[in-house]
Amino acid sequence: MHEASIAQALIETISAEAKKQKGKPVAAKISCGAFSGVNNESLCFAFEAISEGTVCKNMKLAIEQKPIQAKCKKNGHIYAFDLHKPKCPKCKCEDFDLLPDEPLLLEEITFEDK
Amino acid sequence: MRKIKVRKKILIANEEYAAKNRSFLKDRQIPCLNVISSPGSGKTTLLAKTIGMLKGKLYIGVIEGDIQTDIDAKRIRKAGAPAHQIETDGACHLSAAQISYAFHKLPIDRLDLLFIENVGNLVCPSTFDLGETDKIAVLSVPEGDDKPAKYPMIFARAAAVLINKIDILHATNFRIKKVKADISKLNKKTKIFLVSAKTGEGMKQWCDWLLKLAANKRTKTAKKTRSR
Repeated sequence: MHEASIAQALIETISAEAKKQKGKPVAAKISCGAFSGVNNESLCFAFEAISEGTVCKNMKLAIEQKPIQAKCKKNGHIYAFDLHKPKCPKCKCEDFDLLPDEPLLLEEITFEDK
Repeated sequence: MRKIKVRKKILIANEEYAAKNRSFLKDRQIPCLNVISSPGSGKTTLLAKTIGMLKGKLYIGVIEGDIQTDIDAKRIRKAGAPAHQIETDGACHLSAAQISYAFHKLPIDRLDLLFIENVGNLVCPSTFDLGETDKIAVLSVPEGDDKPAKYPMIFARAAAVLINKIDILHATNFRIKKVKADISKLNKKTKIFLVSAKTGEGMKQWCDWLLKLAANKRTKTAKKTRSR
């Protein structure tokens, strides 16, 4: 449900960028770490609802979920972490460090041709 | 079509407030713990008990977050600590800006320790930095031992996890060993406390940890002042 706050922040950032670029944004790419707990559908729904009446209306969102990564302490291999099978795919050991979660990022905006 | 690379943090506005809160607390050497759990895990009972046990040792303040009512702030005041209630009016988490405002509703300069009791929710609050020193997760026995696996985000980020209501452990099939193993897979540094805020079991260890947390900060300030 925090997707509403995220959508609000996103609209503010895109609107500021649109003002700078003097263009109509039509699409945006977002990436987020798995621990952000963002549900793609909820974010799109909240974005659609809140963007009504703003420059962001009718924009398409593409959301890329980034898995949590673990680093094997034995061989340094970095792999997508799965709590249920927390094993290094190379050496099958369970000795790892979790790498920091990716932040919620607005990666890119696509603008209409002038 | 024109594509523009932005690479901006979406929650930057919240993060800016959080950074200000962090430096505000650091200047005053007040450790601040953001307490996160599901509704009904016993956060408020736990804080009330903690306040009672540390009376005369630590002056504790509490910022309460709830969707509505000031029931929790009243309970904290009754336990003997100053409290400020934030009613989020539907929002599922507290934001850093709300905390900046709440600081000034408490006798902040006199506090040895500040708790923020976040809105009961295991998902959303863990994404919003409030400027706290550390996050604390509370998991109660009746919620089940699968919660760290199902909601890893808060357990991965918590400096301590309190497993509350252990007085009713015998009536459930909650496996402490499984929970501990799951939490340590997510977070090797976290400290796990087994407590019952109702009976007081295990609460001394938790209070000792808090005393140490507050003492560390106090000693650092004292040293700094002396060396000036």
